[in-house]
Amino acid sequence: MKEVILIKNGELALKGLNRRTFEDMLVKNMRRRLESAGKFNFTIAQSTIVAEPVDDSADFDEAVSRIEKIFGIAGFSRAAAVEKDMETILRSAEEYLAPQLLGIRSFKVEAKRSDKKFPLTSPEICRETGGYLLRKFPHLIVDVHNPDLVVTVEIRDNHAYIHGTQIKGAGGMPTGSAGRAAVLISGGIDSPVAAYMMAKRGLELIAIHFASPPYTSERAEQKVHSLLKQVSKYSGRITLFVVPFTETQEQIKDNCPEDIFTVVMRRMMMRVSQIIAQREHAGALITGESVGQVASQTMPAIACTDAVCGMPVFRPLIGMDKDEVVAISRKIETFDISILPYEDCCTVFTPKHPKTRPTLDYVEKCEEALEVDRLVKEAVEGTRFIHINAY
Amino acid sequence: MEAYFDNSATTAPCCEAVKAVTDAMTVCWGNPSSLHRSGNAAKELLDSSRESIAKCLSCRPEEIFFTSGGTEGNNLAVIGAAHRMRRMGKRIVSTAVEHSSIDETLDKLANEGFEVIKLKVDSFGRINERELFSAVNSNTILITMMLVNNEVGTIMPVQAAKRAAMMARSPALIHCDAVQAFGKMPVKPSALGVDLMTVSSHKIHGPKGVGALYIRKGVKINPRTFGGEQESKIRPGTEAMPAIAGFAAAARALPDTQKELEHIKMLRDYMVEKLTELGDVVINSPPDALPYVTNVSVLGIKSEPMLNFLSERGICVSSGSACSKGKKSHVLMQMGLDRRRLDSPVRISFSRYTTIQEVDALIQGIAEGKKVIRAVK
Repeated sequence: MKEVILIKNGELALKGLNRRTFEDMLVKNMRRRLESAGKFNFTIAQSTIVAEPVDDSADFDEAVSRIEKIFGIAGFSRAAAVEKDMETILRSAEEYLAPQLLGIRSFKVEAKRSDKKFPLTSPEICRETGGYLLRKFPHLIVDVHNPDLVVTVEIRDNHAYIHGTQIKGAGGMPTGSAGRAAVLISGGIDSPVAAYMMAKRGLELIAIHFASPPYTSERAEQKVHSLLKQVSKYSGRITLFVVPFTETQEQIKDNCPEDIFTVVMRRMMMRVSQIIAQREHAGALITGESVGQVASQTMPAIACTDAVCGMPVFRPLIGMDKDEVVAISRKIETFDISILPYEDCCTVFTPKHPKTRPTLDYVEKCEEALEVDRLVKEAVEGTRFIHINAY
Repeated sequence: MEAYFDNSATTAPCCEAVKAVTDAMTVCWGNPSSLHRSGNAAKELLDSSRESIAKCLSCRPEEIFFTSGGTEGNNLAVIGAAHRMRRMGKRIVSTAVEHSSIDETLDKLANEGFEVIKLKVDSFGRINERELFSAVNSNTILITMMLVNNEVGTIMPVQAAKRAAMMARSPALIHCDAVQAFGKMPVKPSALGVDLMTVSSHKIHGPKGVGALYIRKGVKINPRTFGGEQESKIRPGTEAMPAIAGFAAAARALPDTQKELEHIKMLRDYMVEKLTELGDVVINSPPDALPYVTNVSVLGIKSEPMLNFLSERGICVSSGSACSKGKKSHVLMQMGLDRRRLDSPVRISFSRYTTIQEVDALIQGIAEGKKVIRAVK
C-alpha cells in the first residue's frame, strides 16, 4: 500500500480543446511548488492528477498543505494506492481508513470503476466494501444521505485508490494560464487580497512597491516582502520591483496644492508602473482600491488616475466592504502582517482635506508644475528587483 | 560614523559581561541546586553575583531576587504585593507616566477590584507631591512609582511615598521601578524608603533576559510562579546562570556614578545648547532630568522620517518607548504637549560610552534632516 494524492481539477474540466494546455500548466505549477517538499511523480488520467511520492523522503503533510493553496484545483484526497484485487482493497480500506472510521458514527461507500475490465460492478464494490467495514467496525452505521465520511473506492487503469471525503481545493485557474499582471502593493490590508484574487483567476504576478526613504523605513519594505511571501504560497514566485519615490513625493509636496496630493501621486505611480509592467510583459495592473474607501478612491478620483493608464487596471475589491476584505486577508494570513505599524508611501504626505471630486482639468493643471517625464524616467531607472518565493 | 543614542532601550554589553556569560557557559555551567562539585561551583557563582548586585544597591544579598528582567520584576512586585496585602485595603497609588509593565499591570488589578489612582503630571512629567499626599489614605496598600522616566528622564520624588504612607497611617508597601536609574545615579532602596525595587541588566551593559527585584527583609509578597525552591520560592526555576553572571559582571564594572553623572551632564548641556541653536527644536525633558535621557521635538518633522534619516547615517535614536504609526507616546500625552510636539519626539539617551564626537554627528544629522525632510503643517 502506498499513499498518494489524487487531485481533481476544477473549471479546467470544462475547457474544450485547450484542456491539455491548462492541465500541463497545473502540473508544472504543482511540480515547482512541491519541489522542496520531496520528490513526486505526476500522472494525468481522466481529469485526475495523481501525485505519487518517489521515495520515503517526501514530507506528505507539507505537500498537502501546499496543494491546498494551488489554484486550478477543485478538490483533492489523500488516498491509498493498492493492487486491483478485491481482497486487497478490503483489507487496505480497513487499515488505511481506521483512524478516520474510529472517530465517526456513519459512513457510506462510493465506487468509481473506470477500468471496466474489473470483475465487480460499482454497486457490487460498494456492497462488498460497506459490508466488510461494518463487520470490522461494529460501531458504524450506513447513512447514504448524510454520512460523516464518504469512503471512496476508485478502480483505475493501474491501481485501485481508497480514500475518505475529498478536501476542498483553492479553486480558480492555474497560475499563469491567464497571463501576467503587476500588482501595486503598499503594505496595507487591501493590495495582498487583490493580488490573491487575481492570482486565483490564473494571473501570474509581479509586484511593484514604492519606497520613499527616509519617510518610509526599511521595515516597511521588509513588511512588503513578508506579505508577498505569504501571497506567493498561492500565486507562486513573485518578482518585486521597488521604485525609489522620495523625489517624486517631495516634488508633489513642494509644487502642488495639498488637496490634490494623493491623486497626483497615484497618477505618477500608474505612469511608472505601466512602464515596468510593459517591460516585464505584464498585460494589466492590479490595485486594491474599493469605491469610496478613501478620498483617492472615489469615482472621480479613480477616473483621474485611470486617465494616465494605457492598460487595463484590475480592481477586484472595487465593490467590497472593508470587513469582507479583512475576512479574506485573515483567510490567506496576510492580515497580521498588514497591520504592522510602519509608515508607507501612501501615508507620507496625507492631506488633511483631500479633494473627493477632482476634475481631470484641475489635476492636469496642477501637474504642470512637475517635471513629470524626468521624475518617471528616474524612478523607473532607479528601480531594483527581488525574487520572492514562499518555499 | 556609528553613533548609538538609544541606551534607554538597551545598551551595548561591556566586555566584562561578555566574558562572564561565556565563562558561565563553558567553564562554570553547572546547576546551582546540584549537590556535587559542578553544582557547588555554580552555587558560588550565584552567591557572588547576588553579592555584587546587593553591593550596588547597598542592601543585603538575601534581599536580591533574580528575575528575567524589568517587566517580570515590575509584574511580580506589583501583583505580588497587591495580592499579599489585599485584606488590608484596596487602594493602589501610582503615576500616569509609568512604563507599560506597571501601567498595564495596574489596569489588570483595577479589573480585579483594586482601586487604582494614577497621579497626573505637569508639562515636564512631574507629579505634584501634595496630590500624592492626598491620594494616599489608610486604605492604601501599595504605592508604585518609577525613579526615572524612560521617555523624558524626569526624576520622580520616590522618597515622598514613604512619608505619604506614614502620614496616612497606611500599611502600604512602596515599590520603585528603578530600571532607568540603576547604574546612572545613586540608587539606594533604604535611603529612598522603598520596600521593593526593580532593576534590569541590559540597561547597564549586561546581557538581556535578567534583572533583579529587591525585596526588603521582612517584606512578604506572593510569588507568581511555582515549582521549586530557587530564589526562596519567590521566583522558582533553574537560575539563568550565564545571564546572572553577566549581570553581576556589568554591575561590578559600573564606574563611580556621581563622577560619571557630571561628565554626562556636560555632554547633555552641550547637546541641548547646540540643538536649541538649530531653531524649531523644543526640549521636552525638564532641565533637572537625569542627563542620560533627553527628549526633544523637532517641530514639523515627524519622528519616523527623522529616525530613518538618522539611521541611514548610522545614528540610532528612538521616538519614545515604541515607534508606532498613529500611536502617540502616552507619557508625552499625559504631559499635555501640543500636537506638533507630539508628532515629532526624538529620544536621545546616553551611556557612559557616549562621546562628544558622536554628539556632534547627531547634531549635524538632525540639522541636515531638518533641511532635507519636508515638514508637515
